[in-house]
Amino acid sequence: MSHQAKGLASSRANAKHTSMFVRMLMRAAVLRRGRAASALFAMVVAAAVATAMLNLYVDVQAKLQREFRNYGANVILVGKTSTSLPADALAQVDATLSGRGIAAPFALVVARTADGQPIVVAGTDFDRVKQLNHWWSVTAWPTSEKQALIGVRALPLVSPKNQAFDLSFQGRTLHVTPAGTVQTGASEDSRIYISLADFISWTGVQPSTIEVAASGNASEVAGVMNQLAQAIPSAEVRPVRQIMEGEARVLGKTRATLLAAAALIILTAALCVLSTLMGWVFDRRRDFAIMKALGASERLLNGFFAAEAAALGATGALIGFLLGIGIAAWIGRANFHAPVVPRLGVLPIVLVGSMAVTLISAILPISLLRRVQPAVILRGE
Amino acid sequence: MFVRLVYESFRRQKRRKILAGAAITLGVTVTTAMIGVATDIGDKINRELRTIGANLVVTPQEDTLDVEIGGVNLKPPTDGAFLSEADLPKIKGIFWHNNITAFAPVLPVQVTIPHDEVSQHGDGVPRVSPPLRDVGNRRDVTLVGTYFAKTLFYGKEDFITGVKSLYPWWKVAGAWPDDGSHDVLIGEHLAGELGKKTGDPITLSGRQFRVTGVLSTGGTEDNEILAPLALAQEILGKPDAVKRVYVSALTKPEDAFARRDPKSLSGAIYDRWYCTPYPQAIALQLTEAMSHSHAEQIRQVAQNEGAVLTRIEGLIFLITLAALFASGLAVSAAMATAIFERRAEVGLMKALGAGKLAVASVFFAEAALMALIGGVVGFAIGSVLAHQIGQSIFNSQISISPVLLPVILAIAVIVTFAGSAMAIRRAVSLDPVFALRGEL
Repeated sequence: MSHQAKGLASSRANAKHTSMFVRMLMRAAVLRRGRAASALFAMVVAAAVATAMLNLYVDVQAKLQREFRNYGANVILVGKTSTSLPADALAQVDATLSGRGIAAPFALVVARTADGQPIVVAGTDFDRVKQLNHWWSVTAWPTSEKQALIGVRALPLVSPKNQAFDLSFQGRTLHVTPAGTVQTGASEDSRIYISLADFISWTGVQPSTIEVAASGNASEVAGVMNQLAQAIPSAEVRPVRQIMEGEARVLGKTRATLLAAAALIILTAALCVLSTLMGWVFDRRRDFAIMKALGASERLLNGFFAAEAAALGATGALIGFLLGIGIAAWIGRANFHAPVVPRLGVLPIVLVGSMAVTLISAILPISLLRRVQPAVILRGE
Repeated sequence: MFVRLVYESFRRQKRRKILAGAAITLGVTVTTAMIGVATDIGDKINRELRTIGANLVVTPQEDTLDVEIGGVNLKPPTDGAFLSEADLPKIKGIFWHNNITAFAPVLPVQVTIPHDEVSQHGDGVPRVSPPLRDVGNRRDVTLVGTYFAKTLFYGKEDFITGVKSLYPWWKVAGAWPDDGSHDVLIGEHLAGELGKKTGDPITLSGRQFRVTGVLSTGGTEDNEILAPLALAQEILGKPDAVKRVYVSALTKPEDAFARRDPKSLSGAIYDRWYCTPYPQAIALQLTEAMSHSHAEQIRQVAQNEGAVLTRIEGLIFLITLAALFASGLAVSAAMATAIFERRAEVGLMKALGAGKLAVASVFFAEAALMALIGGVVGFAIGSVLAHQIGQSIFNSQISISPVLLPVILAIAVIVTFAGSAMAIRRAVSLDPVFALRGEL
């Protein structure tokens, strides 16, 4: 013990003079542990809430855009002058998209069933459709050649007992076996879907439509549409307007609501910090009075309380930032089933904001106290 | 004495009371506004999502198979069964009629345009569009009969419905036709091909019509002609006939319960299923309302809408929790500070012989009073704030029911008590001697 005390004494003796300032800061925090901790706690919570809200605000657009891509295509390519697109159109679309979305080709003809009924048969790429149109309610996807996906309304007509059947188009016959049914509530229910390879070898007809779900915000999608139009000049590229407009509206309103909520919450949190800190500083009016009585200058006193506030603000902001990122990530996982990406750009905003709030809450009571004589404060009046 | 203590404390310490009261008021304001927004956001976003178009479709029960590509039906339109136009107002009589935002019937008919009219006005650019077929000296196009903005009556109520409200993204250059007129809209592509513009006469299957506007939708309608339903029925020779009805309804996101077969449900469970605005339940009610019909959800719209709605509601719910937490903290911080500043007073009371209980009850009474006052004021401001948010973001009302007031007040009192409890506990256990000397 004595060894420890000696060590402490010698270190203090060797310390530079400026360390008095640091020591006062440290002791102020250590001696009134409870009050300092509650001020820090308020700061951490405020910074955490602010970080989480800002992070969510930035990220919610990307998250909701992903949800909206489940609506399927937002861009459609059709032939401009002929009913079919060029044979390499899909490859061109894939090259242009290069990972920024999914495309699925569709080729359509009116064929006849064995008893002469007209029916629409479509050729498509099932793997792509599965990714593009999540809302298709499919009992079983075709897995091998000559298997067909049959619309629920077409089923009783072509294959009431789930048996294999014939389709004919311009004198050529295709024998297919049903794999499963598709239900969408729209025109798909009346159609028969077969794989594109089967379709082309049977009819010789190339895809007439390519549906594209391009990811990104409105201007990114517009960019993709431009590139597609340039890459395949013979195709007409058009937006699926109801999806695009609905998306823009919902996104805009959600973000606006979030912004309003974020502003309210951050304001409340800031006020919480303000009242806690002001109470803390006001409580220490005796420290202030003693320092003043011992001859501390106004500048030193202001510097002391400002440094204390800044240190508190910075520490609280850093801890709160980490905590807030955690909260945002948790909300992302719980609500969107995908983590919210931490935005480091939020850190400076939170840091500056926190320090501004702490500085205000330190300076305000000090400027009130400055007018009072130290003797009055020390007498406890 | 007790009452006087509390009263005087409010009268003499206005600054402290105002600070703590402001914190409570702000906390309750934020809470009220957020609860108001959170309870209404589902409905608001649901309405925004309805701009995507119909989510339910009613078809005749005995309908034959559609043979259509790109919106053009390749089967004779007289084929198959029809719905009855007279049944349409009954849609507004179903259990969830308030959730039906719009509906529109459609009746597609093949009409012919004489070739001389095509070449006379055509822009000369040969365009081969799949839906259009040149047959000799005339041309076949699809005319779709529908409601534009028709006033219907159900009982004593009247309402306006049609494609104008069902598909808000449709753009018309010119004017929408009147539902009782002989006016038509012409699709953008078709108009370019035929060289028709607003105000031109058009001959369809030997009848004279007037084009009042050019329709642009980005969909198959761009190659079609839209006419009032009565005209299409007249051309087809089937009065009262409707091929399909598209319905836009506010629905609740589908869950496992929604997917259960209503026939397998019994008694009270069936009632619960029936009285929940699931897409399936509304579809069943539509089927019941219209004779020989079958209603179904359009999965692309109905399914995804549920997903988007669930996400947004979940997000706002979590944020409301955060708001409640932040306001609770702000209130307790302010209360703690206010009580801590009054140590000397506590010391004096105790020195004069007040017990812990007496001191604590004074503080709690003050806290309750402030929570009530702050709660009422905050509730009022919060309601205005929620209203403002609704107006500026959604252009519609967010109203907060007065039923919420007692709940909010209870929350305010509980949070204020919880926030003060620690500080009061510390204050009453102070040694009066130290407290009076100001050494704590």
